Amino acid sequence: MLIEMKDITHIYELEEPVTALKDINLTIDSGEFIGLVGHTGSGKSTLAQLLNGLIEPSEGTVYYNGQDIFAESYNLKDVREKVGLVFQYPEHQLFEETVADDIAFGPKNLGLDEEEINKRVQRSLDLVGLDYEEYKDRSPFNLSGGQQRRVAIAGVLALEPEVLILDEPSAALDPTGRRKLLSLLEDLHQNMGLTIILITHRMEQVARLASRVVVMDNGRIALDGPPERVFQNQEYLQELSLDLPALTMILNRLNERGLDVRKDIFTLEEARDEIMTALSRRTVDKEKGLC
Amino acid sequence: MLRDITIGQHIPGTSLIHRLDPRIKILITILMITVLFLVDSFLGFLLFLIMTAGITYLASLPVKRVLRGLKPVFFLVLITLFLHLFLTRGGDVIWQWRFIRIEEAGVETGFFMVSRILLLIMFTSLLTLTTSPLQLTDGIEYLLKPLAKFGVPAGELAMMMTIALRFIPTLMEEADKIMKAQKARGADFESGNIIRRAKSLIPLLVPLFISAFRRADELALAMESRCYRGGMNRTRLNELEMKARDVIIFLLAIILAVFISLF
Repeated sequence: MLIEMKDITHIYELEEPVTALKDINLTIDSGEFIGLVGHTGSGKSTLAQLLNGLIEPSEGTVYYNGQDIFAESYNLKDVREKVGLVFQYPEHQLFEETVADDIAFGPKNLGLDEEEINKRVQRSLDLVGLDYEEYKDRSPFNLSGGQQRRVAIAGVLALEPEVLILDEPSAALDPTGRRKLLSLLEDLHQNMGLTIILITHRMEQVARLASRVVVMDNGRIALDGPPERVFQNQEYLQELSLDLPALTMILNRLNERGLDVRKDIFTLEEARDEIMTALSRRTVDKEKGLC
Repeated sequence: MLRDITIGQHIPGTSLIHRLDPRIKILITILMITVLFLVDSFLGFLLFLIMTAGITYLASLPVKRVLRGLKPVFFLVLITLFLHLFLTRGGDVIWQWRFIRIEEAGVETGFFMVSRILLLIMFTSLLTLTTSPLQLTDGIEYLLKPLAKFGVPAGELAMMMTIALRFIPTLMEEADKIMKAQKARGADFESGNIIRRAKSLIPLLVPLFISAFRRADELALAMESRCYRGGMNRTRLNELEMKARDVIIFLLAIILAVFISLF
């Protein structure tokens, strides 16, 4: 177990104290791809910021590799190196004159030497699909929105984290940008072995990519399990004002209408095949006079 | 740290103080600032403090909030106190170590000045705490109107202030977010000497400025697309109306001001 959140409660001390998280217990294993979903104000972002020590919980603590990250003796920089956090609209944090300098900001803060920094800048630009030679000397402010976002994500990847948390990474991207981003995540997870926590309210993304879905509601964990199990709870999810993936919804409806299809399918192709076979099964049954 | 700034942080309410005409509130604030500079005894400051506490009570503001407004001037207060303690001469010597010595007059003026600064901040924060930014700038616009004859663009000034006040909390939030994002990349805003710390602010300030300009651009577009033309012939939805209550309170304030400034 890589990360363990133990009895976490977090209260924001505002005019009226707001309880953002209540009695959260969550363990995350290395190599998982977790979809963290919940509607606005359910505590997703607070949870993400706790995981790399940006905010300290009111109660409870977080263990990274068995070490209490909020202990006096622990250097929070260590966990920030291991757990990369990509905020919502990460392109808003770009500040350097060139793309390469901006990506180098993280590695520089880690105190790495020039050579290693350069290597990491190249590697992360490569990962997000931007050509190093072409982009390194350009100003990040002259790039398109989607490119800016990829540069910002490269800035986090340059820390070479073991865990990557992304908060609504595809917000305000066009469909192409979104697709590219999702395949980047898939690549990072499968080929680089990163543990990924994807915060989103787009169930399609979660269904397709995640091996585990954690649903938050009102500062608590409402559901936790593999997508096919979590999405069984259609009514409960709708109660939490969350939508099911469109595919799941279609399969559920077909089932209600008496077509015997599996409901735990999350890719278009598989769903098509399943429906086709179910339909042909039905025709065969009809011909035999069984129906 | 960034949350401590109370400017423009209005606490809505329905108390008498909240409902008072903003023009009257601004005038009273100016009046009371003058009083603070006329008062020349601690007794006067005490009376002023009692008055401030009274208004806080009437407006049912959380005392914590009013006091929190003092945090940003903490260093100013500290420096003022030290400068006076060690530099103002006069009266008996209270404490001496080689060439450093504290004299009676230093202690007195030190605490005197500190009381003045603290009361000044506290009283003026009452205005912003009980008056919505919109009302505040409405009031300022009305009060500046007579100056329009001399070419002072009252309407534009008021609009600028409204916008500035409106965006303070937004920018604070933004700064907080960017700070966290850079911290997540290993940035360190808290350690090192002054030069290092000043340098460490660049990753915060550049994005903050960029987002401020972006917001300004968007806002200008939004205003223009709603046909904003500034100053001339603009009418308003809610005209300010002076009530008998406002006049009475203003007279009361004048009497109080004269009384306190006698001390």
